[in-house]
Amino acid sequence: MSASWDNVHEGMEIPTLTKNCSTQQLVYWAAGSGDFYQIHYDHNFARATGLENIIVHGALKHAFLGQLLHDWVGNEGSVKRVGCSYRGMDFPDQDIQCKGIVTRKYEEAGERLVDVEIWTENPDGVKTSPGTGTVRLP
Amino acid sequence: MSDEPQESLITDEMQASIGKDSEITTLEIDKTSVRMFARSVGYTDPVYYDEEAAQAAGYRSLPAPPGYLGTPLYDPNKRSARPTQVALEPSRPLKRMLNGGTDIEYLADICAGDVLTSTSAVSSIEERLGRLGEMLITTTKTTYRNQHGEIVAIMTGTGIRY
Repeated sequence: MSASWDNVHEGMEIPTLTKNCSTQQLVYWAAGSGDFYQIHYDHNFARATGLENIIVHGALKHAFLGQLLHDWVGNEGSVKRVGCSYRGMDFPDQDIQCKGIVTRKYEEAGERLVDVEIWTENPDGVKTSPGTGTVRLP
Repeated sequence: MSDEPQESLITDEMQASIGKDSEITTLEIDKTSVRMFARSVGYTDPVYYDEEAAQAAGYRSLPAPPGYLGTPLYDPNKRSARPTQVALEPSRPLKRMLNGGTDIEYLADICAGDVLTSTSAVSSIEERLGRLGEMLITTTKTTYRNQHGEIVAIMTGTGIRY
């Protein structure tokens, strides 16, 4: 069930999207996004730069937050803005929970809009990519 | 380390680059690239894979999922289309780079078949002393237009060098 204007209220949580990236998914993402920086798929390269493991692309986490909002509003609505900062690293084979809380519901220029605080969360409960988004609802 | 105030990391050349538009980058969106992107994120919504499903949902063709703003044309015989400001070196070398954040505002649908052109400009350069030591934080704004000249997306990116 997609979100509907009448059922959305400030303070509500939106359905969580759980991700867990295999190294293969990071390679798909490299190809899909065109970001071929080796710290995301080459262990030796990542270690040589001082990382203990390969890390999940920041932009992939941004895209996960985009999916969180898209899957919530469906195709009747649309995603108008997605923004996040990359505060902590995430690693393959670990859950990345994408979550959101509605912060504002309003009408502007004839559109029904909802602002959502969004973030990715690692298994320790740390928000690794906090941000905000705006969706339009029918 | 001395306590002497150090010269700014930001060179005159970097300062002068603020607000200047880069060269234009051309980006294509096609059905294969939309499917690849959607698959790499893990979408299951058929609108990203099946053109009939996309049209039934009101899109012209497969829509670009959030985060996908096309694939820059690649030609090994042409020099890189990277924006020139990326190459500007600070007054003291900073070896490492981190992606600090991404913010994308969508102003119109972007679908397979669209050809976008983008230009970017540095909107600010700040220096900070943080837990990574000396950091240079560059905010870049990239504007994407479609083949009809409409602005379809504005991306604000934050890059951190340290």
